[in-house]
Amino acid sequence: MANSFSVGRSREGDISVLTLQGYLDAHTAPQFEKVIQEEYEAGRLRIIVNCAGLTYISSAGLGVFMSFIEDVRAAQGDIKICSVTETVYQVFEILGFPSLFDILPDQAAAVQRFAEAPVREG
Amino acid sequence: MDSMERTFQLHVPSSTENLAMIRDFVAKIGERAGMSEGDVKKLELAVDEACANVIEHAYGSDGTREVRVKVTFDSEMVQIEIMDTGRGFDPSKVEENNLEQLARGRKSGGLGLRLIRSVMDEVQYQIVPGQKNELRMVKRLKPAESKPKPKD
Repeated sequence: MANSFSVGRSREGDISVLTLQGYLDAHTAPQFEKVIQEEYEAGRLRIIVNCAGLTYISSAGLGVFMSFIEDVRAAQGDIKICSVTETVYQVFEILGFPSLFDILPDQAAAVQRFAEAPVREG
Repeated sequence: MDSMERTFQLHVPSSTENLAMIRDFVAKIGERAGMSEGDVKKLELAVDEACANVIEHAYGSDGTREVRVKVTFDSEMVQIEIMDTGRGFDPSKVEENNLEQLARGRKSGGLGLRLIRSVMDEVQYQIVPGQKNELRMVKRLKPAESKPKPKD
């Protein structure tokens, strides 16, 4: 059934890369929230969320991005999103995410974006 | 709804682990109704959001209650009714803050309702607090989906 979800973690220089796989809904959002919370508490505030393997997102998943972005930016970090599939991007778009987040075509572009604009003015 | 109407019902415990089952259920019916892949995904999203709201807000995350999903389709539309017996709410009082306001308040409230309204053609609530709450949503089939294409 369509309910598996996982978050992979890796580093690219001083950037934390969180790689999402599967279905991010009200049931799985707490897993994602826990990982972002751990990054935030460890002071790793330059975060890329790679959504290449993310098949589905609901508002519960979007809420995780929303609940951390202000605090991360206030601490001079940012959450940049990359490699979003068309289906997931449509949901981002309905809610106006592109005006609030840097959304890049791939991970290399997201890393480059951190070099150009470490913090986005929200 | 015309004479070709078909009705399917799913009753599940009010736990978020059942959201995937609910999405699969409505997706299969959307496909059978002849919806495009994009519209099936919208249907899944609307039902997921509605049921997650029921589980979290109407039932306060009490997993021992029941969520009822009734899907009816004919040649023109797919209609979904979500029923619960939990705490009702007044949808007109849900604040429609913009994204920047929500982020500043570290909140994500109301995003689900906004998604439902965006992807469905009709959305109606009937709330009788503590007795029965019903959300009715309709997605109309596009002509190309409900009728076979004419041959050249």
